[in-house]
Amino acid sequence: MLEKALEGSNKYWAWIFFLLGVIGIGALFYVRQYHYGLGITGMSRDVSWGVYIGQFTFMVGVAAGGVMLALPLYIHNYKVFGKIAVLGEFMAIAAVGMCLMFITVDLGQPMRIMNVLIHSTPHSMLFWDMIVLNGYLFLNVVCGWAILHSVYKDVPPPKWARPLVILSVPWAFSIHTVTAFLYCGLPGRHFWLSAIIAPRFLASAFAAGPALLLLIALFMKRMKLMDPGKEAVQKLTTIIIYAAIANLFFIGLEFFTAFYSNVPEHMATLDYLFWGVNGFHNLVIPMRVSLLFSIVGVILLLFKKIRFHEGWLSLCLALIFLSLYIDKGVGFVLGGFVPNPFDRITEYHPSVTEIGITIGVWAAGALILTVLYKVALKVEFKKDD
Amino acid sequence: MDVKRRKFLKIAGLSAVAGLAAPSAFNSLLKGGEAVASEEPHRGGSAEGEGEGSPKAKGIQYGMVIDLQVLAANKGLAAKCSHACNVDHNIPQYGNPKDEIKWIWTDDYEHSFPEHSQYKRNESLEKLPVLLLCNHCANPPCVRACPTKATFKNDKGVVMMDYHRCIGCRFCMAACPYGARSFNWRRPREKDANGNYKFFPDGVNMKFPMRMRGVVEKCNFCAKRLSEGKLPSCVAACGDTKAIVFGDINDPNSEIARILEARYTIQRKPAAGTEPSVFYII
Ligand code: SF4
Ligand code: SF4
Ligand code: SF4
Repeated sequence: MLEKALEGSNKYWAWIFFLLGVIGIGALFYVRQYHYGLGITGMSRDVSWGVYIGQFTFMVGVAAGGVMLALPLYIHNYKVFGKIAVLGEFMAIAAVGMCLMFITVDLGQPMRIMNVLIHSTPHSMLFWDMIVLNGYLFLNVVCGWAILHSVYKDVPPPKWARPLVILSVPWAFSIHTVTAFLYCGLPGRHFWLSAIIAPRFLASAFAAGPALLLLIALFMKRMKLMDPGKEAVQKLTTIIIYAAIANLFFIGLEFFTAFYSNVPEHMATLDYLFWGVNGFHNLVIPMRVSLLFSIVGVILLLFKKIRFHEGWLSLCLALIFLSLYIDKGVGFVLGGFVPNPFDRITEYHPSVTEIGITIGVWAAGALILTVLYKVALKVEFKKDD
Repeated sequence: MDVKRRKFLKIAGLSAVAGLAAPSAFNSLLKGGEAVASEEPHRGGSAEGEGEGSPKAKGIQYGMVIDLQVLAANKGLAAKCSHACNVDHNIPQYGNPKDEIKWIWTDDYEHSFPEHSQYKRNESLEKLPVLLLCNHCANPPCVRACPTKATFKNDKGVVMMDYHRCIGCRFCMAACPYGARSFNWRRPREKDANGNYKFFPDGVNMKFPMRMRGVVEKCNFCAKRLSEGKLPSCVAACGDTKAIVFGDINDPNSEIARILEARYTIQRKPAAGTEPSVFYII
């Protein structure tokens, strides 16, 4: 089936080679980082996680978001998602792949990564995160492939696939919950020390993942590669709206708890993120833009006319996706480190190398996604291109 | 919260996660959970934060009492302590905050105890030099977070580092509420054109390993000196000033236990539940 990825138009190949080029540049930057050490990034003693871990956290959400197609289809037998569910599974594969790459480039001693298994430490949440992420990758590879293969051969899906697809639903919740546990179980980082982190992660994931998927689907429709179907688009939009509203609600709860209680540690990071403290305000504009994008995107989507207009719909989806990306991929992780344990502020500026590597990983994710979608399109929609 | 209940909660919480994984992993999980929970919690004699019925302390837990008045009275003593540690442990001097590595250093009162905010503060407090280092917490979140046991608590209550196992994920740095951990952002062993180490202006102590790039490090309470029956370097650097008193805080006959009984001491961020073993007399 994979050979389907090897036949395509010039445009397809141009895109593939473009991605390979970007990956190559990213790899060169990584070689640089490998030789010098992580000091080549903008991270420091105070802000010891940066862009990489931010992207990792966000991509776990994108991976988990695919379940918003699997759940209605496999649990509620909602057939409208029948054809596009595999797109969700394949997006999850690409996203988890990116997560693992981001974790690896963030390690100071990447050659020792197997120590996590050799010296497995069940009281560390990172150990569990590794287990659930790899498990999720495995489930999606197996399920996605098995189901697509059955379509390809025109036979019903194999019996053994059913329990696995059902299992993949709670598993999707687990990956983002455990990722939230990385943060919300640490004493002394008050911005993270909140029981609502896991639900908030899930809400933002269930908006961001489907939003990205729908954007890609609408783009492919425009390119006349496939048609997800009107009903599927509308259903998915509804899911995104609810999830985005839930996420906004949760953010509001954080604000209330912090500012009504007036506890300094709880307010400190929010102050820094949204207003700036003592002249440090790197993240103020992005965070405000993020909030604005979410609110505007959701409000616009409440209008039926906009929901049914593909151009406007895409714009709103892009706004929501960007908003969630800034909120989780940038603000959330960096915010945990500011102010530092000494009530001082150190800001973080990603370096060129760091951004180069990050773009490289994104390109690698895009490549995995392109190849998988290519196969899916050929098989599901019998399209050549 | 008593130990039993804490242990139960820990196991219950982790079991929820474990429900998703293989049964064999579940077994080792229970063991792991127990290993953490069975570390002996302690609360120092007169330190703040007592009052919820501390469990009886067992086993050795080394700790320190740092007398800030003595440090203030002996100008330059705090710097001498840091210097002794730097030389003894080959702490590279990069001269910039971004790469900085430190095991013991001085800060002012306000930033050492940010949770003790006061509207109007006694002026003498502002000038106190506070020596900061790893607290060798009885309940260390860094150890809980580490995915490889590269950081662990030894039988003397010292939180140690295994530089050869650390993968450099820096989870422990996020977990430590005291900023006690440093990461090797670059190669400390870099040499200049003449073949001299660039970042060890005071020479290299061949008895202690230089670290490699990409691993985390922190104060180890001079574990090696302890095993030789010597006091930690920073304590030795204080001479007879008693600026730092070191010992087993769980041994009621030790000097440190007696000081903790007799004097009013504070710990950094007691609310974090880490149970620091470093106490301050202010
Ligand atoms: S002070 Fe930080 S590094 Fe030291 S034991 Fe406590 S949590 Fe760990
Ligand atoms: S950086 Fe090293 S010591 Fe710290 S948590 Fe990771 S493996 Fe453990
Ligand atoms: S106890 Fe030893 S390692 Fe720790 S700060 Fe003092 S001299 Fe350094």
